[in-house]
Amino acid sequence: MACSITIRDVRKTYGQFVALDSVSLDIAPGEFLTLLGPSGSGKTTLLMILAGLIRPEAGSITVDGDEILRKPPHLRNIGMVFQNYALFPHMSVGENVGYPLKLRKVGAAERYERAREALKLVQLDHLMDRRINQLSGGQRQRVALARAIVFEPQILLMDEPLSALDKKLREQMQIELKHLHDRLGMTTVYVTHDQREALTMSDRVAVMNHGHILQVAPPRQIYERPSDRFVADFVGESNFLPVEMRDGAAIFGGTALQLAEGQAAGSGNKALLVRPEKLDILSAAPAPEHNPIDGTVEELVYQGETMLIYVTLPGGETIALRRGTRQQALSEMPQVGEPIRLGLHRDDTVLIDEAAHA
Amino acid sequence: MHDMTACQRGHTLNRQELAADERREKRQILGLSLPAAAIILILLVIPVGWLFALSFVSNGEIGLANYARMVEYSAYLSIFSTTILVSLFVTLLCIVLGYPVAYLLGQLPPRLATIGLAFVIVPFWTSILVRTYAWLVILQRQGIVNDALIGIGLIDEPLRLAHNLTGTIIGMTHVMLPFLVLPLYATVRNIDGDLMRAANNMGASPARAFRDVFLPLSMPGLIAGSLLVFILCLGFYVTPQILGGGRVIMVSMKIQQNVQTYFDWGAGSALGVVLLLIVFAIFYLVHRLAGLDRIFAR
Ligand SMILES: Nc1ncnc2c1ncn2[C@@H]1O[C@H](COP(=O)(O)OP(=O)(O)OP(=O)(O)O)[C@@H](O)[C@H]1O
Ligand SMILES: [Mg+2]
Repeated sequence: MACSITIRDVRKTYGQFVALDSVSLDIAPGEFLTLLGPSGSGKTTLLMILAGLIRPEAGSITVDGDEILRKPPHLRNIGMVFQNYALFPHMSVGENVGYPLKLRKVGAAERYERAREALKLVQLDHLMDRRINQLSGGQRQRVALARAIVFEPQILLMDEPLSALDKKLREQMQIELKHLHDRLGMTTVYVTHDQREALTMSDRVAVMNHGHILQVAPPRQIYERPSDRFVADFVGESNFLPVEMRDGAAIFGGTALQLAEGQAAGSGNKALLVRPEKLDILSAAPAPEHNPIDGTVEELVYQGETMLIYVTLPGGETIALRRGTRQQALSEMPQVGEPIRLGLHRDDTVLIDEAAHA
Repeated sequence: MHDMTACQRGHTLNRQELAADERREKRQILGLSLPAAAIILILLVIPVGWLFALSFVSNGEIGLANYARMVEYSAYLSIFSTTILVSLFVTLLCIVLGYPVAYLLGQLPPRLATIGLAFVIVPFWTSILVRTYAWLVILQRQGIVNDALIGIGLIDEPLRLAHNLTGTIIGMTHVMLPFLVLPLYATVRNIDGDLMRAANNMGASPARAFRDVFLPLSMPGLIAGSLLVFILCLGFYVTPQILGGGRVIMVSMKIQQNVQTYFDWGAGSALGVVLLLIVFAIFYLVHRLAGLDRIFAR
């Protein structure tokens, strides 16, 4: 029922500027794949090419083995939420959502019912008769979402469909979308800037930069084992500590680090990736599996559920660690200016090639 | 916060001051529009009022004689119907010819569109009189068109293209075309291309997307342009006079005749007033049919 999508060497340039540089990607039937990347990295361009609204210079895209690149967009049966919503200003909310059904010759009564159903999903069924210019930004975005899912396409493309919503509504919508996806099982390509959203919702995440896909992997792998410095830096918070590779050992601050399995390979300069929440504060008790890192507390930043502690290392680098804010933890919190010994468990060590940072 | 009286006071706080601010703002806006209002009064309301008054004067007597004459003589009916039919036909031709031009210009990248637009506007720099005589040169019996057609053996006898209705309509359409293209282009340019893409994406063929999305969104420009053309046509004088060869009598020509030949300002004014009423009636009709305010407010 659901379709697989195969993207091969798709290339798109605007004059001299390369928007997509030989992008290849395999998407499994029914998969929820998220494109994550900074502004201008080519996410929208890739979605538009999938929908047939931008013609690439070269490459191939097949759906269930059939080439679709030369198929006109209106025959592709791919739902899409546009980044700028693209709602029809001369139609009401209900007419907008019903339009894909009208094109599929669904009768007026059923059309109305299904449009209402889709709008209910985004909590807007009470606004069916409104004009588009009488809606707030977030409401427009949800109408766009309803319009893309109302005809239950087998492939659904969503370009930052929740970006205009407040946190609470966004999280509700994420769950609704997840349920919808579980129920209908359409192959979904999702675009977001929000890495937490990407990690929460996706089967796999593809991280893009400058028209390249840098890594495609399940959320856990993207976060825990990023393939290069850009991915590590873009997804989550990260500290990078310079490490020298010598005879299969990683030297930081004069001592060899204990490494997780499979991290020791390679040579040359690398960086140790340290996520703030992976750091412990070591007490006097010995901790044989931890790599100790000594430093001085520089700054404390209270952020509600967690506290961010900036620590300056002897080499001049600053790293951050995160602590919960239970009262007990707060009372044990180190003070600014005090020396502190941090510990990184050897299973949490991740080495990143410095050379890969272009 | 828990103090009720403070809350209630907060509710009415500044109410009078804010209302005063709003009144002051309104006065300012009114003040700023005063010069424009004065110009309209001097240049439009007073002359039209004067015209209106004059139309009731005939041979030094006050009365409805000028209007009665229009009802009595069937010649007037045919003049008005000619005027309206010619104007309608020219408007229609302008839509048929101008819509594709505006559409094309709207699709072009901005630089090319500017060049294209220049071609639409350039004729404005030449006087209507010159352009009309140019058409006469082109269309007359020994004109370029007839010579060419006879030259390639398509016809034996020259076609009657000038000094009649055909010539009038060709000439008027040419003069009026920019008035349709410009407002239409302004509207079409602002239609978000993603809307058509969205329609395509949802399953609309290009033709269907045009019908369902582009056409309705271009309506404000199309209606504005058509109204402009139609109303300008109603009062058009130069081109029908020169290219019509006396076979096409429009209201404007009758007015000219009344004033210049018979020095009958009253009769001319009455024709002008009726023409004005027709324009108002058409505005009202379009408003009722298409909802002008709704279309233009969008
Ligand atoms: N019509 C165009 N002409 C020239 N350059 C373009 C055009 N459309 C897009 N680009 C460029 O292509 C690059 C990729 O654009 P794209 O819209 O795919 O980015 P994106 O990843 O979706 O960014 P965002 O997250 O900001 O939406 C950008 O650098 C953009 O400037
Ligand atoms: Mg984008």
